[in-house]
Amino acid sequence: MSFLTLADVSKVYGSTTVVSHLSLSVAKGEFVSLLGPSGCGKTTTLQMIAGFTEVSSGRIQLDGRDITDTPPNSRGLGIVFQSYALFPHMTVFDNVSFGLEMRRVSREERQQRVKRTLALVHLEELSHRYPRELSGGQRQRVALARALVIEPAVLLLDEPLSNLDAKLREEMQFELRQIQRKVGTTTIMVTHDQTEAMSISDRVVVMQAGRVTQIDAPFKLYEQPQSRFISTFVGKANLLAGRVGSAGARASIDLGALQVEVDGKGLAPGSEVMLSLRPEKISFVPAGQGQLDGVVAARFFLGSQWLYHLSTPLGTLQVACPNGDVLPPEEQSRTGLAWDPASLRVLS
Amino acid sequence: MKLGRHSTPWALSAPAWLLFACLLLVPLGLTAVLSFNVFDHSTGVKNEFTLAHYLAVLSDEYYYGIFWRTFWISGVTTLICLAIGAPEAYVLSRMGNPWRSIFLLVVLAPLLVSVVVRAFGWSMLLGPQGLVNLALQAVGLGPVRILYTEWAVVIALVHVMLPFMVIPVWTSLQKLDAAVENAALSLSASQFTTLRRIVLPQVLPGILSGSLIVFGLSASAFAIPGLLGGRRLKMVATVVYDEYLHELNWPLGAALALILLVANLLVMLSYNRVLEGRYKKSLG
Repeated sequence: MSFLTLADVSKVYGSTTVVSHLSLSVAKGEFVSLLGPSGCGKTTTLQMIAGFTEVSSGRIQLDGRDITDTPPNSRGLGIVFQSYALFPHMTVFDNVSFGLEMRRVSREERQQRVKRTLALVHLEELSHRYPRELSGGQRQRVALARALVIEPAVLLLDEPLSNLDAKLREEMQFELRQIQRKVGTTTIMVTHDQTEAMSISDRVVVMQAGRVTQIDAPFKLYEQPQSRFISTFVGKANLLAGRVGSAGARASIDLGALQVEVDGKGLAPGSEVMLSLRPEKISFVPAGQGQLDGVVAARFFLGSQWLYHLSTPLGTLQVACPNGDVLPPEEQSRTGLAWDPASLRVLS
Repeated sequence: MKLGRHSTPWALSAPAWLLFACLLLVPLGLTAVLSFNVFDHSTGVKNEFTLAHYLAVLSDEYYYGIFWRTFWISGVTTLICLAIGAPEAYVLSRMGNPWRSIFLLVVLAPLLVSVVVRAFGWSMLLGPQGLVNLALQAVGLGPVRILYTEWAVVIALVHVMLPFMVIPVWTSLQKLDAAVENAALSLSASQFTTLRRIVLPQVLPGILSGSLIVFGLSASAFAIPGLLGGRRLKMVATVVYDEYLHELNWPLGAALALILLVANLLVMLSYNRVLEGRYKKSLG
């Protein structure tokens, strides 16, 4: 049952189409991320849901009610802005309490609810501080508390973690997800960071140039990318161009230096296709024993894993292998490469 | 020459100090000295100490009237500038280019024309046969005497002072994060509540400095009260001018000027304290 529905929503500025025929249903309690490079229309989409940007065409429904033309101050959504947009002249307590005050909640209830929400984001000690006396991570929590305290129908997060440093960002991702699970608020987050989107969302909406290219759960999105754009934007991928030879239940594909077999559904003999192979799906074997041989052109140590660039007859391939007990091949050495044929994906 | 670590800041600020001293402190000091000198109608200024001029001003109802008029005219001018200038700055900050630049120029335009020319312009508009009176008569409301009243002075002062209110308020509006207003709206605040509770407190420093500039300049304005107030309607600056150039009583003029300075400072400091005291903690 869809809680928030965007039906064929478009946004046009003059002759530029920023968002084009976007349709999306979000279930109650779901955590959905809008992922895409900057300028793909994800923030505009969020602004339209929030009501700060008018919809050019299409409808937005919330819990069965059409909110397309409702002004932002009667939609009752909680929003965490990229800049946090805290009220600089109010204390943490007053910032969080403001939304309840606007809803004419009694003073005692306000006290209780603000306290409870500040405890949720671990800020109960700082309720009398002003925003400028807080660190970036603390401000972020205040912004989250301010949006959550009104018990919004939907929580909208606009790049909530992009102003935090890497370590804090990872911590907050984790915490954001925990808080969202605990409170159960339907959440839509805009981000350009694919790791962030994948690690905390139930579903990811990938957008490119104002259009939705794929909506899927993170694991499926990563394992079965539907386009070349998604396979390279979400994680890393080796792209292999080839031509379909014979087609049937299994299709054989000529990659030039190599013949491979993939699931033949929808492939016509003689057509050009693009295959995707994730770097971590390739493993090292002694030279001559794998599907392909290659020479290590460069390798990078990333801590938990090694990233390799190998020169092969198919071009430069990226390989990732975990930093384990086995010592990986040296630069300039020759090595064999092997992979499970099932990990090859045909991109449309 | 090698300067010590402590003398470098002083050396660097010396030119500014020199300018400040020559153009402000020395003349002010000389005026202060002059105000304590004895004046005699037959022989002029004598180099003897006296408090007579201050006593004369402080014991004369005539001067109280002039000071009172000066301050209420400045106060009303400041209030009107605030009522027009602050919303104007807000609208201006919300405009897109090129309209913003055009209207900013319109706001600043009064500063590009000489005060005397502007004052004469207003005296033509506000005179008995001026455009304003003709218009009022056409509607059946006139004629009204405006020229050579306090209101003519207020109208012309507001026109001159408006940029000094708009610019500081506009500057503090520029520092405002637009998302903060959206945040208030998303929390169900009305547009008006957002303005009053969120925008206004944040532009208070701009309003404060704008009011101080407008009040200070109005209280010491000379050309506009001189030309639009006429000979009988005096403000402090025009009285000082009369003492210097008509009565040739320079010490009395100097005493009046210094009393105006002190009174002006007192009004501004207490205004500052009242507003800042209330918002100091939140504005940091």
